[in-house]
Formats: sequence, structure tokens, C-alpha cells
Amino acid sequence: MSTFVEILKAALLGVLVFTFLAIVGAMYGVYFERKISGWIQVRYGPKHVGPWGLLQTIADTLKLLQKEHITPRRADAMIFNTAPIIVAVAGLLDWVVIPFGTAFGRVLVVRDINIGIVYFSAMASLTVIGILAAGWSSNNKYALLGGLRSASQMISYEIPLALALLWAAMLAGTLSTVGIIEAQRGGWFLFKVPPFGLIAGLVFLIAATAEVNRMPFDLPEAESELVAGYFAEYTGMRFALFQLGEYAEMFAMAAVASILFLGGWLEPTMPQWVWALLGLGALALAAFIRFSALRQVLLVRPILALAVLGAVLCGLMVVGIGLGRTPVLPSMLWFFAKMFGLVFFLMWMRWTYPRLRLDQLLGLSWKVLLPVGLLNLLITGFLLTVAR
Amino acid sequence: MGELAVFIILSAVILIPGVIVVTSGNIVRSALSLVPTFFGVTGFYIMLQAEFVAGIQVLIYAGAITVLILFVIMLTEGGSGVEVRQVNEQVPLGATAALWLAFLMLLVFVRTPWSLSPGRPPAYSAPAIGQSFLTNYVLIFEVTSLVLLVALIGAIVIARREE
Repeated sequence: MSTFVEILKAALLGVLVFTFLAIVGAMYGVYFERKISGWIQVRYGPKHVGPWGLLQTIADTLKLLQKEHITPRRADAMIFNTAPIIVAVAGLLDWVVIPFGTAFGRVLVVRDINIGIVYFSAMASLTVIGILAAGWSSNNKYALLGGLRSASQMISYEIPLALALLWAAMLAGTLSTVGIIEAQRGGWFLFKVPPFGLIAGLVFLIAATAEVNRMPFDLPEAESELVAGYFAEYTGMRFALFQLGEYAEMFAMAAVASILFLGGWLEPTMPQWVWALLGLGALALAAFIRFSALRQVLLVRPILALAVLGAVLCGLMVVGIGLGRTPVLPSMLWFFAKMFGLVFFLMWMRWTYPRLRLDQLLGLSWKVLLPVGLLNLLITGFLLTVAR
Repeated sequence: MGELAVFIILSAVILIPGVIVVTSGNIVRSALSLVPTFFGVTGFYIMLQAEFVAGIQVLIYAGAITVLILFVIMLTEGGSGVEVRQVNEQVPLGATAALWLAFLMLLVFVRTPWSLSPGRPPAYSAPAIGQSFLTNYVLIFEVTSLVLLVALIGAIVIARREE
């Protein structure tokens, strides 16, 4: 009977997490992307459907659901129709090992498996099969080029990504995501063994951006040269499934980055005056940007927003510590603040930088990130052994 | 009982795409059929409580080897899914050899006294794997890394010559 209950629990959790992610991850991911891009480029973005255009993506999804599925005549129909499902499922499966926070003394995670981050990188590497299959089966030269670019890119960047994952696993002494967060109670891994934590975090962030095919690494779907790359032939909901997979994976990468290097759901433990100082610093920065000519510079606008939000967070922390609450804010709020901070960073990068060339892209991975990641791992391992 | 059912389902997941791999006339379909096969083997590893090996199986075989095979197919000439023949005129001879091999293997499986002993596998295998790599099997580990290094250097030499 317990097997039955277990299966039921897994199915319910799967439905819950996947629907939540399908709605928040993809629909509002697209909405925020469009809104933030508009804001960075001094446009309005979507604004007609619902208040502030909030219902725009729902309208778009309904539209896409009604569209006809077109399978090109010379395409390999079976592979063509399976590819979007592979991408979407692989993107959503990442979320099994990601803990969202704690509630009622339990960790909110679908499954805390002892090979957590190996599982994560295995699932992340599955997306490329779907992309290659989509690119090939469309029987379209642009789609095939996009698929091949994506394959070479993802294979190259998987290695620095794995090296950065290993760095965190080495410091924590475990592969479980919950274990890695627990190991950061003393402080974030980003600031451990300075400056090597910072280097590992940077390598992870760059490799993760490339792994989810986002600007400045979005060669597989480069609109200006490949129409839309590997999903050029897809219509209706199949196209939406690619978007879903892409956004699910981007959010998962941001979540894992916050788990590995920013302490996941843990609240940073700092004395009250440090929080007050940080808040004042953020306020001063915001005021400086607001009241100088800098606010005209498009690149600076996101910094202003981040500074204001950071000041609000620091203010909350100062008041909370003053009232004597031990975990001042709920753990889920911390997790989502860190995750959405990183998502915002990824979107900021996308709308700020131009695309790399393919040879620059591969050169960056093999000539810069790989040696840096390896040396980082080696030196940190040496330092940890000496310190012990 | 449940274990047997899972074993049968996983065997089907491995064998049916496996048959497609060796019979399909479309080489890309053959390569993509490898993916469910690898997942079936992953299921076996999980049944044997070798979670780390299961994770590595998905990461290396399903995620990397298949992609490498597809990559090679698509980059070589005439490889874009054209009809390929997987058999030639030697079918009877090959079938005889395969049948003999299957018969011999069945004989071995039936004749071997598989000893069953009550015992539990170790709870968590990743640290144990690391420990044994750096103690009992350090020579094999190092030789493997040497092989990888040679392959890497060979790839670089070949790539340089073409320029």
C-alpha cells in the first residue's frame, strides 16, 4: 500500500510543481522578459490586455493553443512531433532536486536525492537531444544549422558548468542540493576561499547562460541569420512547448546558481549595523543615479531598480532584527529573491549585449572557461587540504 | 513481484528501441532510438541502488554520446537521414553465428550456480567510488586518464593538420 501512496504523492507533486512552473516559469517569464526589455529600451512593452498587460501571455497562450499544427511535408513526422516534448520534459525535470525553502520543519523539495547535482546536469544535458532532433527533422537548412550550433555550444559549455558544480560539491562534501545549502550556514560559497568562490560563481553563470542558449550566446536561434534556428518550422503549441522548456531551464539554472553560490533559502546572518550600512549604500547609489545625468543612460536603469529593491530588503532586515525575530523573512522569500535576482540579471544581459560569433563562443569555452575552471578546482582543493 | 514487473517493463524499454537501432533504414532514427535504451539501462542501475552510476549513465550516454553520434552523422557527407542498408548478403551466416552465441550465453547463464547471499548494498555510493578509485584502483584510474589525454592530443593534431 505504501508504494501506492508513494506513487500518488509523486504524481501530485509532479502535477503541482509542473503546473506552477508552466504558469510562472514560462508565461510570466515571457511577460517579464517583454516588460523588462521594453523598460531597458524605453518602450512600454505589453500593456493592453489586463492591467499593465498582465494577461498578455495568457492571451498569447490561448491563441497558440488554437493554432493548427503544421508538419512540413518532407519532415520526419515522428521525430518532429517528439522533439518539443523532449525539450519541455527535460527542462521541467530539472526542478525535481531544487529545494524552495523550509516550512513546518521540512525542506520543500520534490526529492532530495543523494546525487542531486549530477542528476541536474544530466537532465540539463538532455535538452540538446531534443534541439538536435528538432533541427534535423524539420528538413530545413536554417533549422539544421541551428541544431548543429546548439549541439557544439552545449557540449562545450557543459564542461565548465560541471567544473563549477564540482567546485561547490567539493566544498560541501556532498552532491545533494539540500546538503550543499546546509553547508553554507557559515557563509555563502561565493565568498568562501576568496577569490576562488567568486571565480567559480562567474564560470557557472557564464556557462549557464550559454547552456540555456541565451544572449549573448543565443547562436542556435539567432533571429537575424537563421530565422529562428531549430524551431523555425514549429507552429502553435509545439512552438510554445519549446518556449516552456527554455524558460523552465533558465529558471532552473538561476535556481541552481542561487543554491550553489548564494546559499539557497538561507538568510544571510549579518549584524544589524551591516544591514543598515548596506541599505544606506544602496539608497545613496539610487539617489546618485536618480539625480545625475546617469539616469539617461539605458545601461544604468537596471542598476537603479536593483539598488531601490536592495534598499527595501535591507530596511526590512534592519526592522526585523530590531524586533528580535530570528529568521526575519520566510525562507521561500529568500530563495525566490535570489533566483529572480539572477533571472533579472540574465534578462538584463540579453537586452544589453550583442551576439558572439561561433568561433568566439567556442574559444571562450575551451580557451578561457575550461582552464580557469580546472585551475580553480585544483587550487581550491590544494588550499582546502593544506588548511585541514 | 513489483520488482519483476519493473524488470520486464525496463527490458521492453531497452529491447524494442534496440531492435529499431539495428533494423531501421534511417540512420538518425537509429541514433535517436539509443536514447530510450540508455534510459532503460539507467532504470536497471537504479533498481540495483547504484544511483551515482545511473546519473553518470544519463549524463554521459544519453546526454553526450548520443549527441556526439548525431553530430557526426549530420556533419559527414550524405548523412542527413538517407536510406542505409544495415544488412548485406551474409544474413544466413550472421544469423547462425548470432544464434550460436545466444545459445552459448544461455548455457552459461543456466549452468552457473549463481550464489545468493543475504546482504545489503552500501547506502551511498559516490564517496565509496571515489575512495576506491584513489586507493585500490589507482593504476586503472591513472591509465584511463592517460588514454583520454592521448585521445585529446590526437584530436588536436588532426585538427591542426587540416589548416
